[in-house]
Amino acid sequence: MTYILEGDTGDWEVVIGLEVHAQIISNSKLFSGSATSFGAEPNTHVSLVDAAMPGMLPVINEHCIEQAVRTGLGLKAEINLVSVFDRKNYFYADLPQGYQISQLYHPIVGEGTVILDLDDGSTREVGIERLHMEQDAGKSMHDQDPKRSFIDLNRSGTGLMEIVSRPDLKSPEDVGAYLRKLRSILRYLGTCDGNMDEGSMRCDVNVSVRKVGEIELRNRAEVKNVNSVRFAMQAVEIEARRQIDVYEDGGDVIQETRLFDSVNGETRPMRSKEHAHDYRYFPDPDLLPLELTQEYVDNIKATLPELPDERKARYMGAFGLSAYDAGVLVAERDTAQYYEEVAAGHDPKLAANWVISNLFAVLKEKGVGISESPVSAKSLSKLLDLLKDDTISGRIAKDVFEIMVAEGKEAEAIVEEKGLKQITDTGAIETAVDEVIANSPEQVEQYKSGNEKIAGWFVGQVMKATGGKANPPMVNQMLKDKLK
Amino acid sequence: MTKLTDLTISAARDGLNGGDFTAVELTEAHIVAMEDARGLNAFITETPDIALERAGESDGRRKAGAAVGAMDGIPVAIKDLFCTEGVLTTAGSHILDGFTPPYESTVSGNLRAAGSVMLGKTNMDEFAMGSANITSYYGNVINPWKGKDGKDLVPGGSSGGSAAAVAGRLALAATGTDTGGSIRQPASFSGIVGLKPTYGRCSRWGIVAFASSLDQAGPMTRSVRDAAIMLGAMAGHDPKDSTSAPVEVPDFEAALNGDIKGLRVGIPKEYRMDGMDPEIDKLWSEGIDMMKDGGAEIIDVSLPNTEHALPTYYIIAPAEASANLARYDGVRYGLRVDGDSLDEMYANTRAEGFGDEVQRRVLIGAYVLSAGFYDAYYRKAQRVRRLISNDFKKAYESVDVLLTPTAPSAAFAIAEKMDDPVAMYLNDVFTVPASLAGMPGISVPTGLSHQGLPLGLQLIGKPFDEETLLKAADVLEAAAGFDGRPA
Repeated sequence: MTYILEGDTGDWEVVIGLEVHAQIISNSKLFSGSATSFGAEPNTHVSLVDAAMPGMLPVINEHCIEQAVRTGLGLKAEINLVSVFDRKNYFYADLPQGYQISQLYHPIVGEGTVILDLDDGSTREVGIERLHMEQDAGKSMHDQDPKRSFIDLNRSGTGLMEIVSRPDLKSPEDVGAYLRKLRSILRYLGTCDGNMDEGSMRCDVNVSVRKVGEIELRNRAEVKNVNSVRFAMQAVEIEARRQIDVYEDGGDVIQETRLFDSVNGETRPMRSKEHAHDYRYFPDPDLLPLELTQEYVDNIKATLPELPDERKARYMGAFGLSAYDAGVLVAERDTAQYYEEVAAGHDPKLAANWVISNLFAVLKEKGVGISESPVSAKSLSKLLDLLKDDTISGRIAKDVFEIMVAEGKEAEAIVEEKGLKQITDTGAIETAVDEVIANSPEQVEQYKSGNEKIAGWFVGQVMKATGGKANPPMVNQMLKDKLK
Repeated sequence: MTKLTDLTISAARDGLNGGDFTAVELTEAHIVAMEDARGLNAFITETPDIALERAGESDGRRKAGAAVGAMDGIPVAIKDLFCTEGVLTTAGSHILDGFTPPYESTVSGNLRAAGSVMLGKTNMDEFAMGSANITSYYGNVINPWKGKDGKDLVPGGSSGGSAAAVAGRLALAATGTDTGGSIRQPASFSGIVGLKPTYGRCSRWGIVAFASSLDQAGPMTRSVRDAAIMLGAMAGHDPKDSTSAPVEVPDFEAALNGDIKGLRVGIPKEYRMDGMDPEIDKLWSEGIDMMKDGGAEIIDVSLPNTEHALPTYYIIAPAEASANLARYDGVRYGLRVDGDSLDEMYANTRAEGFGDEVQRRVLIGAYVLSAGFYDAYYRKAQRVRRLISNDFKKAYESVDVLLTPTAPSAAFAIAEKMDDPVAMYLNDVFTVPASLAGMPGISVPTGLSHQGLPLGLQLIGKPFDEETLLKAADVLEAAAGFDGRPA
């Protein structure tokens, strides 16, 4: 579905590219041995290198290289066997070196692809232009004191991957799908935890608009400070509308950096000083070019996990799931693992229904993730065992599941305790059937005179008489025989 | 007996090992000399207490028969560009006011581990930018040599304090750093030996950076043998410096066997420049003859891109410096001059903290890297640098070492060339090409000017072949028989 914004002068479309900064999962920083954990006391994870003391030199963290290569492979991208670190020069109080070590001219990862899973079950490819490694800056805190600013260098020097998409996104929905998919891939790979609320995944949104049918791109604005998927989607909508208004009022959109203000629902230009930089990039003479061997890359490739797209294909192919169900189940690695544990030894479609319909409803109601699910995969799997061997019926299973959620007990114990076992004893069912027939001469008459639809009514009566525990196929057969 | 302050490292080592004197006595003699010669302004910080403590420890090791290092008990001076744990480190700049590092540079740490005794931190051009030691915030250094007119002369730079300390017998040796000639040129001006090793031979970790792709630490001594001993104590692979070469450190002293028969010595024709001082030309010719007499084969070679070396250097070095000096912003250490905003604080701090020459180079560096100029300056300079490197590689296909003058003149008076930065930059014309190519070079004093001032010749060697370089320098030194010393 095309996303079109109507204006006074006609229809407009939106062109969006994203720059995602993903913090590399690593015990230590990109060029120093300091720890990287989130939420530590200010300035407790700072080495001499991170504080840019005189004479200190960066030494690349090999684990970060591996993580970047792993991510590149996960994005189906080309890995550049030679890449170079550059200095990006600018002054800021939380940038101790006065430059950020980044990779402008020769990034470690080249072009790749992310496949969007759209709401209607269709998919679309979005191009990745590049991925490069760079250092994060520290944090400036301006709200601690009326006159002074404070600096926390814990984050200074932490390794980031900047993942730049092509301007292939066309709507807020695309942006949401892209960010969710990218996050899913990074989490599958174990290269970034993707927690946007902790700042370990951040994004800048490049937005431009053009009249439907135009080929050329117009000027774009880079919207910064977007720290959730929802905000990214909102920012696109708001910024696109702003640009359309500017054009329709006879103005021109200027190429600039803007800040997203989620409270006021607007974007506004950053002060000119904050972005009027000439970064004076040049190769960092403290670091040699990074040279990798094909063998090194191949070895990493051999250890890649099954990624969401492959897993989705497997669920659709081997399990016969719909694209939508498969997409939902693979989005988070934990969910997929949960599902596979439940599906083992059961009908995969039935297992999918249970996870998507019943379990997800409970998780949503409780507001928890699958890792905090009140019913473990093993427990749900045991419940399906009881269904499979006819110990309980599907209807009873739903009741049992509710009790499992509420009381945290195992299915078998609940069935035992509440006497919910299905009645498969022919004698007991026969007694109930005979009783219903004896008490319903009118209905018997109707049936015999050709109204076979009333058979369902008889089944209902028998189930009612047995507290829902009678085995439905047995009841059906017996009624058929007796009413003949 | 020779005065203790007149000894070479090798002679002092023998004396210490033979029990002729103690490290404390040797150190005390130098502390007295250092105090007596304060007029030279060779030191920014004297560390007599540290020196005596370490000398005492050294004597203890010898007395106990414990293992001793290659420089055990030898008093040395450390250029104030090396961070020294617990000792003020200034880089000759106001902006590092009060900066006392909690860490020791790898090279000064290696020297300490070899048993040497630190006498103090020597004066230098601010951030090692200069060729006359007149840009230091701590004042200029005076060369212990005097011409016939008795004027105060510069010691060369940027390692001018180290050169003056060694020439003036205030230290047996000193560390220097060389980016475009900062060891070799002051060695030539002061009548001592100065060795710039191959780029990557000594770790840069803990040395205040000027131009990262060029900076290299090296020894400044009163003999080639001493340079060999001291280089061995300074060098070695350091995983903390990504540009430090993972190569073994050979026994450099063992290479000094006096045998240069068949050694191929190249004479680069491009170093014979228009308007060259005839004295320098003569010195060079004499040096060529000395090598020939020693059995070397003299071969004329061409380094065609030599004329581009100086402009190339004065793009690359300032470019790197402009980024390396960005960390001196008043936020975390050193000088801070407050302002009404962060930007104003930066401007105030850096305007007051950096001297004119440093500001000039930071501005040049920022300019050549800026958008629209990068390709014309920095990128082009990088390409020319590669050509200059290739010139050397090609020359080394037919020769083992190159012989050239070290500097275009003898030491000059302190007021000279002050207002003309380009004239000052010309001091490095013979030293800069080897720096750009990363080749090792050594200056050996071989004669005196008509003013009675020392003049040096430079030998340039193959990468990581300091052994051949030192062997050739040792022969040149012996043939020249230079025995001049400041009055």
